[in-house]
Amino acid sequence: MANKPLTLPEKVWRDHVVVPGKESDGQRSPDLLYIDLHLVHEVTSPQAFEGLRLAGRPVRRPDLTIATEDHNTPTLEIDKPIADPISRKQVDTLRANAEEFGVRIHSLGDADQGIVHVVGPQLGLTQPGMTVVCGDSHTSTHGAFGALAMGIGTSEVEHVLATQTLPLKPFKTMAVTVNGSLRPGVSSKDIILAVIAEIGTGGGQGYVLEYRGSAIEELSMDARMTICNMSIEAGARAGMIAPDATTYEFIKGRPHAPQGEDWDAAVQYWDSLRTDDGAVFDAEVVLDADTLDPFVTWGTNPGQGVSLNGAVPAPTDFTDDVARESAERALTYMDLQPGTLMKDIRVDTVFLGSCTNSRMEDLRAAAEILAGREKDPEIRMIVVPGSAKVRLQAEAEGLDKVFKEFGAEWRFAGCSMCLGMNPDQLAEGERCASTSNRNFEGRQGKGGRTHLVSPVVAAATAIRGTLSAPADLLVSA
Amino acid sequence: MEPITTHTGVGVPLRQSNVDTDQIIPAVYLKRITKTGFEDALFSSWRKNQDFVLNQPAYKHGSVLVAGSDFGTGSSREHAVWALKDYGFRAVISSRFADIFYGNSAKQGLLAAKVAQPDVELIFKELENNPGTEVTVDLIHRTVHCGSVDTSFEIDNYTRWRLLEGLDDISLTLREESHVEAFEANRPGFKPKTLPAKV
Repeated sequence: MANKPLTLPEKVWRDHVVVPGKESDGQRSPDLLYIDLHLVHEVTSPQAFEGLRLAGRPVRRPDLTIATEDHNTPTLEIDKPIADPISRKQVDTLRANAEEFGVRIHSLGDADQGIVHVVGPQLGLTQPGMTVVCGDSHTSTHGAFGALAMGIGTSEVEHVLATQTLPLKPFKTMAVTVNGSLRPGVSSKDIILAVIAEIGTGGGQGYVLEYRGSAIEELSMDARMTICNMSIEAGARAGMIAPDATTYEFIKGRPHAPQGEDWDAAVQYWDSLRTDDGAVFDAEVVLDADTLDPFVTWGTNPGQGVSLNGAVPAPTDFTDDVARESAERALTYMDLQPGTLMKDIRVDTVFLGSCTNSRMEDLRAAAEILAGREKDPEIRMIVVPGSAKVRLQAEAEGLDKVFKEFGAEWRFAGCSMCLGMNPDQLAEGERCASTSNRNFEGRQGKGGRTHLVSPVVAAATAIRGTLSAPADLLVSA
Repeated sequence: MEPITTHTGVGVPLRQSNVDTDQIIPAVYLKRITKTGFEDALFSSWRKNQDFVLNQPAYKHGSVLVAGSDFGTGSSREHAVWALKDYGFRAVISSRFADIFYGNSAKQGLLAAKVAQPDVELIFKELENNPGTEVTVDLIHRTVHCGSVDTSFEIDNYTRWRLLEGLDDISLTLREESHVEAFEANRPGFKPKTLPAKV
């Protein structure tokens, strides 16, 4: 009998089962899965290393583990000690733990320091068919390579450090099919914001999403990472895209890419990582890229988004009680009136950065729009590259000059204003167009108000001062 | 980990959906390197508002949090669970939990009980009409009792067993060492290693 057709997530899962779960009373205990790559940063790891120390356990596979500093690190004056003593202590603790347990670390000042989800792919450590975990929910980013990549909590970080495995319950699968092609000025960020608005922040719960369809296949790796990155904002623990020639092209020649015969063997395996014809997903969502507009959020969760050509909704637009209450609360927090056109919303700050949109393609797309144009005088814009290497590359291409001439601040790499653990924060009441991933209350600073946008919308907004699409620049010119 | 069988304590009605991890514990508190002492961080922004439920004397010492749907969405921070436990919560009731939060709770012995939304509404009313009412969450029988409301909750057998026994995952996995070694022996050679470092 032929093998049962499988989806991509199921194949990667199957290839990592160390001990299958056991059935009892019609329920199944978790499968024990092997973890190919464990990314570590300073925030979710100190208590895990402490746990190892207390139990007298080593890191089982330091050679499958890598650490970097990102959440707390300053983006200015990185040659000086970190000013906030608590942040400094957390970073120092990571350095000491890496040394004690033999874990490779890329510290502030190192060319491979940066946001953990930018560093893995950049080094070629993220490859198709791998299991990748990190104590950070945006680990889903690595799914863009056809890896099964998910965020884990600190207890799980300790578990992986100690055993290189994780007990996990099988997920359901959801196909997110995006047909057609994106129009100019519309990007992968808009696809994922539209998907989340469609299925809601809880719609992906219990699922691994597989993004497919022509619009996905046409995307670069940077753009694919943006989509997979925000899978978690739909409640899904992971999102994946089948590897193809675009993926292989990205990986080839990177420091940890397979070489010679290993490359051939790897590609042969990677080629098998496609959802089989006849495989059945537990759910499917279909979107049409041809009609998609730039998308922005108006509320305080990533599902509260609309077309940039639309208006702030009224709570009464929602028939569901929970959604209506949530909208009322969000509008109060965001200080917005129903019916206000999104393009009439004036912002104070533009943040270009985060693990969602801080890679070369994001910086290039924004710089192309900003070049030769003037910043709205009231706007503060900060640009934070995803890694030290991205910063160097951008400088080699002269993008830093474009940003600086425009009047934006050109910073060092890190998570920065995405979550404001370092000094980069919004002030009370400040309104921000942000290329990051979460518009939660207070996320970017206490009382700060966040509108999630794509890099090109961020750029156009910095020019006009109100939420804007690149096309608006042509109209007003 | 302390085993849990049943817990009774004052119920706290948090009538809000999508309570995300940035509300449960803002990122500024994630800088600590300890695993305890997060009680001050729990809902710290909301607690600045005098009307917030935990600032009302009847609920102040609550130990069963009853919340709207999609509790714990957002980040993977286990600090959210530590903060709830440090404050004194032993159980959280909601109709739906974010996956990572749910897993983290199980690992720290915080009982996350999935109760159908209509019953959550009834519990809200009971707790709001009679502040200080106790809620009993019985893991053995998978039931919730609060005033005139008696209902059941969902929890999978494996999580329930681990909570009842107070079992820690790492010890359980280390029993499978021979399987892990066998798996490693068969891993393809092209899989990347972080060491020696190449840059």
